[in-house]
Amino acid sequence: MSSVAPFGWGMVAGLGAGLIIALAALIGVWWERKVSARVQLRLGPQQAGPYGLLQTLADTLKLVLKEDITPARADRRMFRMAPFLAFVPVATSMIVLPVVKGWAPLQIASGALFFLAVPGIAAAGILLAGWSSRNTYATIGGIRGAAQMVSYELPRTLSVLALCILGGTLNVVTLQESWRWWWVLATALGFLVYFIASIAELNRGPFDLPEAESELVAGFFADYSGIRWAVFMMVEYGGMVAASAFAAIAFFGGGFGIPGVAGTFLLIVITCVLATVMIWAKWTFPRMRPDQLMSFAWKVLTPMALVQLAIVGVIAAWL
Amino acid sequence: MPLQVEERRDVIGADGRLVEELVVNVGPSHPSTHGVGRVIVHLDGEVVTKVEPVIGYLHRGIEKMAENRTYLQVVPLTDRLDYVGSMYANWAYCRTLERLADIAVPERAEYIRVIVCELQRIASHMMGLGASAADTGAFTMFVYCFDLRERIIEFFETLCGSRLTYNYVRPGGVSFDLPEGWLEDVSAFLETVDAKLVEMDQLFFGNVIARGRMKGIGVLSAEDAVAWGITGPSARASGVNWDLRKHDPYSVYPLFDFDVVVGDNGDSYDRGRTKIFECHESAKIIRQAIAKIPGGKFKTPLPRLIAPPAGDAYDHIESARGTLGVYLVSDGSVRPYRMHVRSPAFCNLAILPRLVPGHTLSDLIVVLGSLDPVFGEVDR
Repeated sequence: MSSVAPFGWGMVAGLGAGLIIALAALIGVWWERKVSARVQLRLGPQQAGPYGLLQTLADTLKLVLKEDITPARADRRMFRMAPFLAFVPVATSMIVLPVVKGWAPLQIASGALFFLAVPGIAAAGILLAGWSSRNTYATIGGIRGAAQMVSYELPRTLSVLALCILGGTLNVVTLQESWRWWWVLATALGFLVYFIASIAELNRGPFDLPEAESELVAGFFADYSGIRWAVFMMVEYGGMVAASAFAAIAFFGGGFGIPGVAGTFLLIVITCVLATVMIWAKWTFPRMRPDQLMSFAWKVLTPMALVQLAIVGVIAAWL
Repeated sequence: MPLQVEERRDVIGADGRLVEELVVNVGPSHPSTHGVGRVIVHLDGEVVTKVEPVIGYLHRGIEKMAENRTYLQVVPLTDRLDYVGSMYANWAYCRTLERLADIAVPERAEYIRVIVCELQRIASHMMGLGASAADTGAFTMFVYCFDLRERIIEFFETLCGSRLTYNYVRPGGVSFDLPEGWLEDVSAFLETVDAKLVEMDQLFFGNVIARGRMKGIGVLSAEDAVAWGITGPSARASGVNWDLRKHDPYSVYPLFDFDVVVGDNGDSYDRGRTKIFECHESAKIIRQAIAKIPGGKFKTPLPRLIAPPAGDAYDHIESARGTLGVYLVSDGSVRPYRMHVRSPAFCNLAILPRLVPGHTLSDLIVVLGSLDPVFGEVDR
């Protein structure tokens, strides 16, 4: 285990993360359709394969074969680049997550910071997608997306900082190793802040303002089609898995601090449960308004995160 | 109005500063314009400064078409006015024709008309509520509303074989008598409807985000509502106590005991919630009508070609959207000389440019949804 990964190893790990995201999107879309159907007195996909499992595969095939349209008015190069600018940071951020206790593909001293900061670059991708489309809806969506992601970055980072104080480290691997069961109680408030802020970071309902289907049609990716559109979907589902997995690792010690395969299995279970709660929230709540969203971040979540920091500070001093 | 709009231009804002205005063209093909509505929105940031509704995308010339058809052939045309509440347009037209040609209607037919129209009110309100909930992103509420609406549509399908354009209310009565066991099925359905409405009320109007989105948005004062000719739930939500079923009673409505639902604030929240309460009242009316419905004929036999004496007539009913009036002029022939429809959706939509400025783009969708326009009736 080296502290600085060689370039080749980073490529392999990044590729692995990309594959996990593709898989997460494949299963996630199916799962979301099933869960939302149950919420809404429907059945969801059930024709393609058992329980409709192959439905997303069929949809993916359709998307890949679909014409990849670039609008005549769009800024061509930026428009075509934007989905990948949103995708790469999310995939990159995943490589610091310790999937087995004590081992992460990339173990760096500031892992937690890396995980929180790198996906922030995706905001540029969203802003670029919205701006380069040269479409009023997409422009508004892109700007909303950037504003929202910047605002929710703060409470999210503060809530994770509480854990770093308890663990005395920014390294995700050592953070997970030093996890104790009572951290769950001590950081409950921080977990809530992290979870809500993560949903907002991912632009998912009830915070899906940048795409706001009923106002902005599809917002920043209104003009995308085919594979590039699919990449934006993958960013959403990959982000969901990454945010849930990080919550499971940092707030629940991976599989509650259990080493080996059993721990990894528990980690996957917790991740799936958290992702399901995200889906559940999306299909239950209406969408917020941009100004409400901003005041919620600054007037509710940020103070809550600060209270969590104070609690942890007292505990840390007492320890 | 040109299809292309100039998207960016510099204007002097209300506070005197120079703003780069963004002009967004919402519709005619857009998820939240309830059909083919088009609204040109001028934005300063996210705040709407000016709203220009553009109508006419669903204009089919129904009033003109009526002049070339016999009186009976016009009934299917009226189906296409308010396509989520076809029974009302049928009934309003038939009432005017019955007044013009002095046609008697059997009492059983009047009861049947009241029952179907109150069922239609629930179905129509469900459409309006569901659509405006989906506009705020609450898609689950939309599906719940459509679940309830679907049951009613199935009743109509049993009744007349059609799910949307019923052509059921005819001059002199209705087209078919009630099928065997239909009233019992409706009674059984009405047992469940109140609980479902309460559930929806809690699910959507009890939600903290929905309250935040709709309360205080698009406030319509009672004076404005009267001055602009707003009728129906949109006016009653502003505190205007005006319901033709009570204040200009027609058919057998005076025999039933029900309340007019009146709101206080006139905001989008009240406009939405008024519809839920009205559905409770409709259920009450149907229950009483089912208990009292007499036997007898369901239709007065009429010749195929009706030739009313020369003259004119106007009659109106309370549709799900407000005062729906039909004006007919006869020259003594078998075809109407002129037909005009006073459509509540058109009059209610006219207030939109007054309600939205100062709110954000997101609020425009909420206000438009709460006014519940149906563009088949707006454009005619």
